[in-house]
Amino acid sequence: MGYLSLVLYAASFVCYARILYAPHVWTGRLATLLLVAGMAGHYLALLARSQGTRWVPYDDLYGSMSLFAWLLALTYLVLETFHRQRSVGVCVTLFLVIWLAALELLVPKPPLEAPPARGALFAFHVTLNTWAYAAFGLSFVLSLVYLVQDRVLRSHRPGAAFWRFPSLDVLDRMSRSSVYVGLAALAVGVASGLIWAHRLTGSYALGDPKVIVTLAIVVVYVIYLRLSRSVHWRGARAARICALNFAIVLFSYTFVNLYLTRFHRFF
Amino acid sequence: MVTPSNAKTPPGGGAQGGARARVHVALIGCNHRTAPVELRERVAFTQEQALHAAGELRRQGILEEAVVLSTCNRSELYGVPVDAGSAVTDAMEDFLTSYHRISRAELEGRTYSWVGPDAVRHLFRVASGLDSMLLGEAEILGQLRTAYGQALESGSTGPVLNRAFQGALEVGKRVRAETEVGARPMSVALAGVKLAERVFGNLKGHAALIVGAGGVAEQVVEHLRNRGIGTLRVVNRSPERAAELASRMGGEAVAWESLERVLSQPDIIVTSVSSVDPVLTREMLERALAARSGRPVFVVDLGVPRNVASEAAGLYNLYLYNIDDLGEIVEQNKRAREAEVPRAEALIAEHLAKFESWRAGIEASSIVDDLRGRFRKEREILLRERLAEMKDVSPEERERLASITEELIERVLDKPEERLLGGRGMRGRLGAIEAVRHLFGLDELDEGDDAGDVNQNRARDKDSQ
Repeated sequence: MGYLSLVLYAASFVCYARILYAPHVWTGRLATLLLVAGMAGHYLALLARSQGTRWVPYDDLYGSMSLFAWLLALTYLVLETFHRQRSVGVCVTLFLVIWLAALELLVPKPPLEAPPARGALFAFHVTLNTWAYAAFGLSFVLSLVYLVQDRVLRSHRPGAAFWRFPSLDVLDRMSRSSVYVGLAALAVGVASGLIWAHRLTGSYALGDPKVIVTLAIVVVYVIYLRLSRSVHWRGARAARICALNFAIVLFSYTFVNLYLTRFHRFF
Repeated sequence: MVTPSNAKTPPGGGAQGGARARVHVALIGCNHRTAPVELRERVAFTQEQALHAAGELRRQGILEEAVVLSTCNRSELYGVPVDAGSAVTDAMEDFLTSYHRISRAELEGRTYSWVGPDAVRHLFRVASGLDSMLLGEAEILGQLRTAYGQALESGSTGPVLNRAFQGALEVGKRVRAETEVGARPMSVALAGVKLAERVFGNLKGHAALIVGAGGVAEQVVEHLRNRGIGTLRVVNRSPERAAELASRMGGEAVAWESLERVLSQPDIIVTSVSSVDPVLTREMLERALAARSGRPVFVVDLGVPRNVASEAAGLYNLYLYNIDDLGEIVEQNKRAREAEVPRAEALIAEHLAKFESWRAGIEASSIVDDLRGRFRKEREILLRERLAEMKDVSPEERERLASITEELIERVLDKPEERLLGGRGMRGRLGAIEAVRHLFGLDELDEGDDAGDVNQNRARDKDSQ
């Protein structure tokens, strides 16, 4: 199922790429349809893992990265519908294809074992945090597109695709929308995690490196939102900050989870 | 594609020979390629004249359906002829010359005319902007929609032109949406505005400042106005000129001395001043950007020598394009549009095939009726002749004979009807229709019917054998 959704995402990427040069309305619809089909296949794969472990599939690196990609696709689909803008789809699906290809080829698929029972609140906490990371991932992609468009605009040499991509203003708004979604999900996710930890241990585990880095993520994205409206930073500089912020998300998602935290070591 | 029609033979083929059961679109017109502006002016129609002419073409029995399309670059009469023979374009040209009181000699070699699929293809090419002076321009689609809408309202269209014009509007939209033919700006003014849209998205409500005046600057303003620009300010060295320009452009005049004061407000600045030194320096624009909290500014410098200091291009959130930059983009876009023509032609061919398929369906159903009529008439004649010799046949037997022969006709027609109406390939259907016409002499039958005597037809057939 994992490979099937990868193929569907790749087909969707081809259609999204095609509409940049030959914008046929049905090719655009097919691109979205293939993305939805890829997500459906992806969901079934997640569901299969979830039924095997009897839990939300985030306990191992494979399941967690897969859930991340699915939530990123979902967030993009919402933004595509809301902003009526398909041209960014090429970058998002490319990101998904690379992410899932790396997942299938490099990350070992662990056997399906039921993790220790931690309750629904915990599942809610981890799922929301993964969704927040996915939304930040999307804002990273959108910021890169912004930076490329800005560079093309300054170079005075617009190519065919330039005229099809959204305006800088729309890209900026899409990126900020995505960060807002991420921050909201992270706020609720962290709060539910703190409540769960307090119920279990009587403390909020604020000293855990994962909690500290998560708070740092909140801070850097709030700074981005603030700077994106300031005199000297709005525009390309803010987009650069947004793209760089994702490095901290990746750091938290991989290095912190694997090596630093005791409390949040799932894989 | 456009060929002057000194020879009236329609290039589409299959349109020669006439019969009422045939459904064709006929066209005569002249455009910027075939006629100079002086002549185009003389054969142009106002909206009222276009409607009146369409009505006259129908009233005089030249066309059953008619639409007149008249723009600054073309005057064209489209219609469905009562008789689809080659004479229809002569009749339409006669009408055109008499309506505008010009001699046929003046139009000699200046017009083009087609009957059949090529007339529809031309209409589709016009709608797609492929026949326009500026390849892919969008205005023609609106003009075509207006001309058709008015003709539809006045009742001068019918099923065939409705189908053809609706197809044209659809293909025009598709060509612009699915190819690059209409996607990229083709004028310096539009290129500037489209680039501003790449920064701000929708320009509705944004503020613009015009510094100086000039033809291209006024075109930029027109495009901005069409996009619902908000505040528009005009600055000129001469206060009178500024006031005059502002009133013409629908903006607000600002004194030259106040230029720097208002510089922080617009999102789009267009300069077109005759000046040796830059009118806008880097420092002025830097201060303006700071005053507007770093919100981006798009500057179009149309002046030669340049009105904006070139160092300003490096300012953060300032996008500066001069006339050479825009000119180069327009050239790139022209080449890109030309490269897209084959794809647009493919879309046109697709829609033309749909139209022809629909037309073949209409012709097929009408030809089956013609065939049935022909068989019944032959049966009547044959029965009358043979039964006259057979005196001992009772009325009941005659009735029975009539019923059997009627059944025979229906059985014989069953398969041809099924294949003509349900056949898949459009070309195959049209070919089959032509074959049936030829084999059963239906064109001759129609002419004979017009004369009102089938027997004369038969007699002529016998004479020729």
